Amino acid sequence: MTDVRRADQDGAGEAWEMVVGLEVHTELKTATKLFCGCANLFGDEPNTRVCPVCLGLPGSLPVLNQRAVELAMAIGTALHCEIRPSTFHRKNYFYPDMPKDYQISQYDEPINVSGWLELPGGRRIGIERAHLEEDTGKTAHAGASGRIHGAEYSLVDYNRSGVPLVEIVSAPDMRSSAEARAYAAELRAILVACGASDGKMEEGSMRVDANVSVRRGPDAPFGTRCEIKNLNSLRSLGRAVDFEARRQIALLESGEVVVQQTRHWDEGEGRTVALRSKEEAYDYRYFLEPDLVPVVPDPAWITAVGASLGPLPGERRARLATLVAGALPAGAGGSPDPGVGADLEGAPGVSDADQEQISTVVDLGLDGLVTAAVEGGIPARLALARTANEAATDAAAAAGLDPRAYTSLLAMEVAGSLSATQVKAVLHDLLAGGGDPAELARARGFEAMADGALVAVVQEAVDSHPAEWDRYRGGEEKLAQFFVGQVMKATRGQANGKAVVAELERLAAR
Amino acid sequence: MTEAPGTSPGPAASAAAIAADVRSGRRSASAVTEQSLAAIAAGDGEVNAFALVTADSARRRAEEIDARVAAGADPGPLAGVPVALKDNLCTRGVPTTCCSRILDGWCPPYDATVVERLAAAGAVVVGKSNMDEFAMGSSTETSAFGPTRNPRDTSRVPGGSSGGSAAAVAAGFTPIALGSDTGGSVRQPAALCGVVGMKPTYGTVSRYGLVAFASSLDQVGPLAATVADAALLFDIIGGHDERDTTSLDRPAPRLASVVDQGVDGMTIGVLAEYLEGADPAVAGRIAQAAEVLAAAGARVEEVSVPEVRLGLSAYYLIAPAEASSNLARYDGVRYGLRVDAEDTVEMNVATRSAGFGAEVKRRIMLGTYALSAGYLDAYYGQALRVRTRIIDGFAVAYERCDALLGPTAPTTAFELGAKLDDPLSMYLSDVCTIPSNLAGHPAISVPFGTGSDGLPVGAQVLAPALAEATMFKVAAVLEAGAPVGGAA
Repeated sequence: MTDVRRADQDGAGEAWEMVVGLEVHTELKTATKLFCGCANLFGDEPNTRVCPVCLGLPGSLPVLNQRAVELAMAIGTALHCEIRPSTFHRKNYFYPDMPKDYQISQYDEPINVSGWLELPGGRRIGIERAHLEEDTGKTAHAGASGRIHGAEYSLVDYNRSGVPLVEIVSAPDMRSSAEARAYAAELRAILVACGASDGKMEEGSMRVDANVSVRRGPDAPFGTRCEIKNLNSLRSLGRAVDFEARRQIALLESGEVVVQQTRHWDEGEGRTVALRSKEEAYDYRYFLEPDLVPVVPDPAWITAVGASLGPLPGERRARLATLVAGALPAGAGGSPDPGVGADLEGAPGVSDADQEQISTVVDLGLDGLVTAAVEGGIPARLALARTANEAATDAAAAAGLDPRAYTSLLAMEVAGSLSATQVKAVLHDLLAGGGDPAELARARGFEAMADGALVAVVQEAVDSHPAEWDRYRGGEEKLAQFFVGQVMKATRGQANGKAVVAELERLAAR
Repeated sequence: MTEAPGTSPGPAASAAAIAADVRSGRRSASAVTEQSLAAIAAGDGEVNAFALVTADSARRRAEEIDARVAAGADPGPLAGVPVALKDNLCTRGVPTTCCSRILDGWCPPYDATVVERLAAAGAVVVGKSNMDEFAMGSSTETSAFGPTRNPRDTSRVPGGSSGGSAAAVAAGFTPIALGSDTGGSVRQPAALCGVVGMKPTYGTVSRYGLVAFASSLDQVGPLAATVADAALLFDIIGGHDERDTTSLDRPAPRLASVVDQGVDGMTIGVLAEYLEGADPAVAGRIAQAAEVLAAAGARVEEVSVPEVRLGLSAYYLIAPAEASSNLARYDGVRYGLRVDAEDTVEMNVATRSAGFGAEVKRRIMLGTYALSAGYLDAYYGQALRVRTRIIDGFAVAYERCDALLGPTAPTTAFELGAKLDDPLSMYLSDVCTIPSNLAGHPAISVPFGTGSDGLPVGAQVLAPALAEATMFKVAAVLEAGAPVGGAA
């Protein structure tokens, strides 16, 4: 179920509406931790990236990482927040993976407040705050279950202790699981674009908690909310939000009440389970961190951080859409490659499929490749399709591609000197090890096929299938694909489909 | 009154004189160190100023310094000077326990900044001095290593919490020592032991490596036999440290040379509120101190800062609140004591129950309560507002005065055990020192005669933030004019 809106069972009139707000923690891509000089390299050999400060040894003191402040301000700028003087508090509670038994976090004076994020559809979701805090270590429970209960012993890795985090708290502005997913995806793209985060939900560098409540229609007061933790993917987020809304509706419709709780999403079982209720919540005894001083960024610094931000995903998507919308319609190019040609059959403008490819390319930060290719004379849809469908399969390598090499490879496809299949093969080589596309094509023996050899193969196909040739000459154009297939078979896919059709047309016109 | 065997309270060689001798080769650092170690061996059985004597490393260190002198190098302004470090200052590879069972055997992997600076100046650390557990106390009786006794009268407490450091200087074990002062823990024991003790302006001495009690109040401070030595020691430990964010971005102080410049033309206020609860003999000595300053050319007048009366109450909310958070990390997970139990939470509880003494537990509970939901504003919040009022009150006084004068403690040294079961009475011992911590201002205690019981009285000089130079000048005049022997 993706939509909880449905007719009210007791006929009161208004359908149920879900209300979702998200709290997103993102690890910042700084070289060092938030309050010490240890490398920010979680995942190394346990407890090798630690020092007296991030181990909370007696007598140690925190010193704020300026780069973390800059990245927090970059996030605030990208989310249209007001960047303000801020302070740090101590959030006190006992937990073995928190070496000081308090977390240093921004509380009532966060660095970023009152912003918004625009979803790709245009709807704006409010951002209440985006503040800095330190991460905890990580506990592994040894024993049968892997959970804390029943564990024989526990091991703590403090490499993550003190890693800088920004927590981004949205307003309760989302009204469906689809919106929640779209928000998380867009936020992830923004964080990546800021250079603040690698945005990897599955690896925990971006962690999402969802506050979910339901109410009878858009004018009703907010219902009691539950906070859902352990959402490790966009899919989990969507499923958990839907499950939770259904659970709350079922409770209310059977005359029960929703109890304010923290709940855990069990991905395997597909349900949320209660962790603790509001009454059992910790009293964190927040007070101003006496070991740090207020952060008062001067306006010039804030301006410099804003100026250093590149274009954000929304802007970059719009730019690609403009390129695609301005692309010449299909007739001009006549590409036989169905992957590229399909959308060109439709009206000019930007189709849903285009949008999807554009989002993929922007999310992976590969839009620069597309733009460079278009500037190099490659049709926008071809550049977009090759980037979204092929280059994206190895995004890390693609991000490092020389745009000139990429453009010259696509130019070979446009010129007909390489087939689509060949271009994909050469692109594979290019992503794997770089190099000159023309040489890579030669190394695969592709180039010879371009000229005389192709003529011979096409002639052979025509000679071997006289009946089909007569029908083609008689006007059955669809048989062109038959001959293309024959030639592909004979050349093991190395021929250029467009060049084959051109040769067929030449022969038929003789 | 019993005299500690082997100790001869009285003028020992000053740190400055020792360093001059060692630098010039007239005396060896090794000879100085042996003399200090011998005095400790002879006298500390009764005084118990040390939680740990580091004789071997002190001897090695002295040999290094002698080798440097022999090679023509200058080991620095404290060359060969024996020093005692309060046991809440981190020393690399040397146990640092805050005299608590919960840190039993813990060896820090690093030196506190002040310890590094002492080493760079050529000092020789002879041991870790005794203290009230986690610096919570005014008598050095809550130490896990047993109480320190006052070298002036071993039936009396030395004051606290830096009682071991004050006793080490008073007994002549070391000419100088470092303590920490959160509510008077350097100045009050200095007063009770008859030595000089100073609390610097908050932020002038790095707290990196000082095990935190109440972070917004804690400062490391020097103890010495003379005002000049205290200034010398402050010059060495002071100055910016990038590892402490609350450290002021200022160059190291250079005050040793200005100490003797006198008080002519200064206006000094005698702080009326500090005399209110003072023992009459103590109050008499302060009146006498005021006369000394007047005779030296200062204009002396009575000043009232009524807000300081609120200091004690505010302090006993702010300091425990911060302590409850600072001491949370002693949970048995990573270092120090661990008492095993069924699960993590029970292990935390068992460890903390066994590892902390009664006074520490009392303050953790008090502070946890002061910060808890529903009480935060009424207690902690109110205390912070009082703190601001005290700062404002001092500011008014400093519009007229360059410095203020009062007693350091309301009484002379009391008997061991006299106040241990009466926390409020113990807390009152710091009533005249706490306001300077709340304000973040510097203050110094200078021996000024004795009380009716023949025990030392400390005169306290208070100054505005960063006015250590003024403070030291006043202190030096009091030191020079202090009565010798006899009751007031």
